[in-house]
Amino acid sequence: MTSKLLIAFVLGAASWSMPTWLSAAGTIEIGCVAPLTGPQAHLGKDIENGARLAVDAINASTPTIGGQPVQFVLLVEDDQADPKTATVVAQKLVDEGVKGVVGHLNSGASIPASRIYAENGVPQVSPASTAVAYTNQGFDTTYRLMANDSQQGKALGQYATRLGKRVAVVDDRTAYGQGLIDEVVKSVEASGGKVVGREYTTDKSTDFTAILTSLKAKRPDVVVFGGMDPQAAPMVRQMRTLGMKTPFMGGDGMQSAEFIKLAGPAAEGAIGSSPGLPLEQMPGGADFTKRFGERFGKVQIYAPFSHDAAVVLIQAMLRAGSAEPKQYLPELVKTQFDGVIGPIAFDAKGDLRDGPVTLYEVKGGQWQPVETIGGPAAK
Amino acid sequence: MDVLLQQLINGLILGSLYALVALGYTMVYGILELINFAHGEIVMVGAMVSVSVLAALTAAGVPVALALPLALAAAVVVCVVAGVLVERVAYRPLRNAPRLAPLITAIGVSIVLQNLAMIFWGRQYLSFPPVIEVQVYDVLGATVSNIQILILIVAALTMGGLLLLVNRTRLGRAMRATAQNREVAGLMGVDVNRVIAATFIVGSALAAVAGLLIASYYGIAHYNMGFLLGLKAFSAAVLGGIGNIPGALLGGLLLGVIESLGAGYIGDLTGGFLGSHYQDIFAFLILILVLTFRPSGLLGERVADRA
Repeated sequence: MTSKLLIAFVLGAASWSMPTWLSAAGTIEIGCVAPLTGPQAHLGKDIENGARLAVDAINASTPTIGGQPVQFVLLVEDDQADPKTATVVAQKLVDEGVKGVVGHLNSGASIPASRIYAENGVPQVSPASTAVAYTNQGFDTTYRLMANDSQQGKALGQYATRLGKRVAVVDDRTAYGQGLIDEVVKSVEASGGKVVGREYTTDKSTDFTAILTSLKAKRPDVVVFGGMDPQAAPMVRQMRTLGMKTPFMGGDGMQSAEFIKLAGPAAEGAIGSSPGLPLEQMPGGADFTKRFGERFGKVQIYAPFSHDAAVVLIQAMLRAGSAEPKQYLPELVKTQFDGVIGPIAFDAKGDLRDGPVTLYEVKGGQWQPVETIGGPAAK
Repeated sequence: MDVLLQQLINGLILGSLYALVALGYTMVYGILELINFAHGEIVMVGAMVSVSVLAALTAAGVPVALALPLALAAAVVVCVVAGVLVERVAYRPLRNAPRLAPLITAIGVSIVLQNLAMIFWGRQYLSFPPVIEVQVYDVLGATVSNIQILILIVAALTMGGLLLLVNRTRLGRAMRATAQNREVAGLMGVDVNRVIAATFIVGSALAAVAGLLIASYYGIAHYNMGFLLGLKAFSAAVLGGIGNIPGALLGGLLLGVIESLGAGYIGDLTGGFLGSHYQDIFAFLILILVLTFRPSGLLGERVADRA
């Protein structure tokens, strides 16, 4: 009996320490978190696929750190776009010893999770979180590859005022939606427009007839929505059902293929902004589309960004000659890299330097780029 | 003024939808004194089935005039089967158990149905195919769309049919008798099990119609849509008087109008303190108020005599 217990104990202790033993021999884990289930699953999967494409390509080139061959492993987790789940999943990844994280998607998830990563010194590069608050927390582990919402909101507000001076806004009360609309409001007022009405909804609602009716009465020239495509699509549909012909604008949460699919013919003419360049105009866009298309199909929005996030993390490790966050973090800060999305460099807070914002319009059932604001060329 | 009219019209449409679903709750409560929490999920099943069937049919090139009724028929069939199954498996064994047992079972059935739908259809939103071309009409400054008119007509026809069934047919008489006193009705020759099954069948058919209308109105359907809707419809039934069919109609319409007006004006009323994202609290505020001040509802409840 005691010998069986002893054997069990030894085996258990061995299997417990085995992962770290294996890691020491050359496996480096990188976390990747996004909503893989739920209404935003198509976007979360996009992030996973982009990161996977990068990691597999790098592994195929037999990288070495400190003379030892290493292989990178992507640990993928689902945060369901929920702030509570995001913290649980972040803790799980940290406990499993990830050396860096690509994620999350939603700002509402990235912000609470970033606290956990920061406490454990794990660098986090978000391919999609745009809320200004994310890099404003004073952590040295938060980075992002998209222009943040102060730039995006500014671009949206300026464009909206061009369509008309009377602007109505709706936000979904999440960290992302609220933050974006706050910036849009500031920008509209700075551009000489007037916010004639502001209404609220949630990221789970489907009935917007009451708030749209209330906004319709204020005769806006344009309606701007801060939120994701599962709300944006029924909202624009209900606008058309209420007889509102007003132009509909939204942020990167709406600028997806799923929006057009859910909204049907009502999507025509909608304008969405997205930080970053249009895929076709990205320096690495054509090649990326081809490589991604062969393996995963159509790019939704974020795949090029998660791809570059993984590359940037790994490259910092390779340059520093170590996968330990304390060692490679200084290299990450100094990143100067031409990724698929364009030139990548971080400012003091971890934001992307000179991040461009592109405005797209739905024409003939497809998103077509209309204008790019900002970016390194615009200096 | 035209804003108020528009909100009222929206409220009437929303109210018709609530009324359709509330009827299912009220009929079952009248006969069994059971709050069928799973009813909201039956509506969800109806919505999901009709959206899936419609999408498949239109993709196969079937003309809209044929695809819509077929989708409706498919939804009705699936919902009726689900409703009867639920009654046989979950509620009948507990027919004589203390009232708490079927109540908890109903909540359990609701969770089971939600998860089955999630497994079957996935967690993403389904889009109602844009087969009905939206045409908007101007009415005294407010706009009404053809979809809204369609909802009103279909809801009115369905509810009228139900009233006819309950008041002018033998089955209806049997239902009313069973609702009044189950044992005596049994003694008078009413097959109580059949009547209860018929109640669930009718309720589930109504739920299927409501599901299709809701999916067409909002344009989307997803596995989670039944829960909150069921609770609100139940509040509507209580508002009108539980067990009382005209009560469910009145309660539904009233609740729809109150919710619509409330969501539209709450920002102005509270000076910006509460925003329109608190739209959902109205149904539950009403439920609390009704249960506190007039628990029998506006038109009085009609439940079995226990003498």
